[in-house]
Amino acid sequence: MAFAAIHVANFLVQAVLRAESELRDREKAVALVDGTAPLVSVVAANDAAWRAGIQLGMAQTQAQLCGVEIRRRSRVLEKAAHAALLDLGWSMSPRVEDHAQDTILADLAGLNSLFGAEENIAREFARRAAELRLCVHVAVSANLEVAVHAARGFAGITVIPEGEEARHLSGLPVHTLTPSAEALETLERWGIRTCAALGTLPVLELSERLGQEGVRLQELARGAHARSLVLAEPAEILEEEMELDDAVEDLEPLSFVLGRLLDQVCARLAARALSAAAIRVRFDLGDAFEKEAPVREKNARAAGARVETEAAAKTYEKALNLPVPMRDSKMLLKLLRLQLQADPPPDAIVKIMLGADPARPRSTQHGLFVPNSPDPEKLELTVARLAKLVGNANIGSPELTDTHRPGEFRMNKFFAQPNETRGRGKASKKSASGGNGDAVARRPATGCRIFRPRLAARVELHEGRPAKIFFRGLYGRVMTASGPWRTSGDWWREDAWQQEEWDLEIQFDGGNAGVAANVPANIHAIAPVQDAKAHMRAGLYCVYYDAACRSWFVRGMYD
Amino acid sequence: MAANFAALRSKVELALAGRVAAPFNYRDRQRVVTVSSGIPEIDLLTGGLPRGALTEIFGPSCSGRTSLLLAALSARTAQEEACALIDGGDAFDPHSAEAAGVELRKLLWVRCRNVEQTLRATDLLLQGGGFGLIAVDLSDIAPRLVRHVPLDSWFRFRRAVEDTPTILMLLEQESNAKSCASLGLRLEAGVAGWSRMPVEGAAGCIEDYSRLPWGWLLEGRSARGEVSRSRVQKGDAGYFRGGFAAAARVANEGIFRTRMDWDFFSLPIAVKRK
Repeated sequence: MAFAAIHVANFLVQAVLRAESELRDREKAVALVDGTAPLVSVVAANDAAWRAGIQLGMAQTQAQLCGVEIRRRSRVLEKAAHAALLDLGWSMSPRVEDHAQDTILADLAGLNSLFGAEENIAREFARRAAELRLCVHVAVSANLEVAVHAARGFAGITVIPEGEEARHLSGLPVHTLTPSAEALETLERWGIRTCAALGTLPVLELSERLGQEGVRLQELARGAHARSLVLAEPAEILEEEMELDDAVEDLEPLSFVLGRLLDQVCARLAARALSAAAIRVRFDLGDAFEKEAPVREKNARAAGARVETEAAAKTYEKALNLPVPMRDSKMLLKLLRLQLQADPPPDAIVKIMLGADPARPRSTQHGLFVPNSPDPEKLELTVARLAKLVGNANIGSPELTDTHRPGEFRMNKFFAQPNETRGRGKASKKSASGGNGDAVARRPATGCRIFRPRLAARVELHEGRPAKIFFRGLYGRVMTASGPWRTSGDWWREDAWQQEEWDLEIQFDGGNAGVAANVPANIHAIAPVQDAKAHMRAGLYCVYYDAACRSWFVRGMYD
Repeated sequence: MAANFAALRSKVELALAGRVAAPFNYRDRQRVVTVSSGIPEIDLLTGGLPRGALTEIFGPSCSGRTSLLLAALSARTAQEEACALIDGGDAFDPHSAEAAGVELRKLLWVRCRNVEQTLRATDLLLQGGGFGLIAVDLSDIAPRLVRHVPLDSWFRFRRAVEDTPTILMLLEQESNAKSCASLGLRLEAGVAGWSRMPVEGAAGCIEDYSRLPWGWLLEGRSARGEVSRSRVQKGDAGYFRGGFAAAARVANEGIFRTRMDWDFFSLPIAVKRK
């Protein structure tokens, strides 16, 4: 059984460089500072910065004189880098230990059949780490602690065969074993500086002088300390955060930051062979610089976004629920941009937290006999663009609600996933009934066009039936009337309805449209077309009397 | 004569050299795939709705455009195809659509407010692709506004839909797409079909059916269709009638209204159901 230790050297700097690709790509000298003013000092730096004369504990003002890039230490970025490191482990092995912020351990059992020799596995770890913008040292050993210390002590890839642990660790300095300050000082006084020297000390005497810690350190130095892997649980949500030096108000600069975060999240998702079912973004808002900020906040609330105002900080949240799991960062950025354009944050943004709900990626192969449908990812983008054009409420798939209230329906989100279980059978059934493969046997229904909003009308009655009607500036004679069809409901609610509906054939030009008069009673077939032009100005309308407001309205037209 | 013809041909080829590769080579037009419109009479008249082409359906109010649209949507959604309706006048009625057999979950309904929105939405949907039928309903837009739509818009739509399995259906009051449409169908209103039925109070008296007072029941209407342009099949003026069934309704003691399909022949059964 072998284990791999993956260690991120100079973790604090790498965490910052991971978020700033320009600094990393150009290999600029970077120093990290931390502390509260005026005691802001250097806490970490990269090799280029050391070469430029940077020293630990140097004041920020001194460090600036060395001509290096100065960045503040970011615990948010460190957290994100650590999460990415864990994702790297899970991308290769299901058994991962979260050993330290900069080091993880992975069980390599079973990976040989996939990647070959242990050295290849270690190389694969390094390659995947580079995709996550991390530079790592990897050490493989049968002993967990040996692997950890080798990863910390040796650069690049180290493979330690079983039984040769002590030999490989012999050259490592003692401080690699992370002893306490007191023990380290004592060992230095004794002149013990390497693991080899520590391993040769007699156990009993060492125990008398340094206690149990001394014995443990010696075991570590010999590669004889045995323990089992402590498994870490994968996070349910992948998160990336970024604090902005300057508050961002416009969407354009915000897109760059969001794009970077999305790239990182998607890389982590890819590392775990997952996709995102939803993207959640939370902005910490700074002070509003514009006078109309309260108005924008009100608008944002009206649009359904969540704005939380606390004593000191305001946050603004947005969720992007995806119809199918995706991990295309460019596509996700476009969708997020469209959402934010439609409903922008009310204030300037000072911090961004972007999370992804992981889900298994969709399978792309559908049934052979299922008809083509829009690509879900492309469709989501198209629908988002259309929603921006016509408004969210004006796009979707209609669904009739369980009520008798006339004209009631709701709009649902449109999904174009073909029903694979029904596709073949249903199409076959239809083709069997139709002549050319898809003809519908049933007689088509009369279509109705609805007037939105409803049209007010003035109706004259004759013997309780509509005889004349005025609406839209038109005057018409009612040739035939069918009704009243009475409906009512929801009497226990304020918006109860009570209507009398009529189907009217209306002649607008006063011409002869007495079709109905020519149709004898109980004739079931529709009368033949004799002269369609004579009926050009006639129309079939659905008109109703609203008892609640004692008025007549035109609901729609039969077309 | 033959020598002159050959000389003329070579002259033309020489003149067009570099611009047209083979001016006398006949480019076989791709076979147009048609599908049912959902109305057998229309299929008989037009040969069906062509895929990868623009179909223009125009006519005055109450001429059956919406009924034809619903029939086409019903036929396509029954085949599990995704459809889109770009509703220029926000006049679509989901209730009558469901009564017509449209599977609403397969329908993307875009409710627009003006011509510009409608055209833009059409562009976006055509770019997205993957729909079996995209219907652009400009029936409620004033013809003078639709007339102002530049011809290149229709041309763009035609090109966008070419070589795809999508049927692009345009509904208007007047023909505007002209030569960009592969199939033009003019509809005219026919007569409404009315029949007699027992009026209120009939529910309790069905034993003595003949003594009841009778009222009118809208059974349906007919429409006339004429092919104005067809690249699919040599079209000729024809008629279809009697195709549209009446709106679904059953009187229930004059109080409630159901969404049951109304079938005139089963009137007594329908009344009994109450």
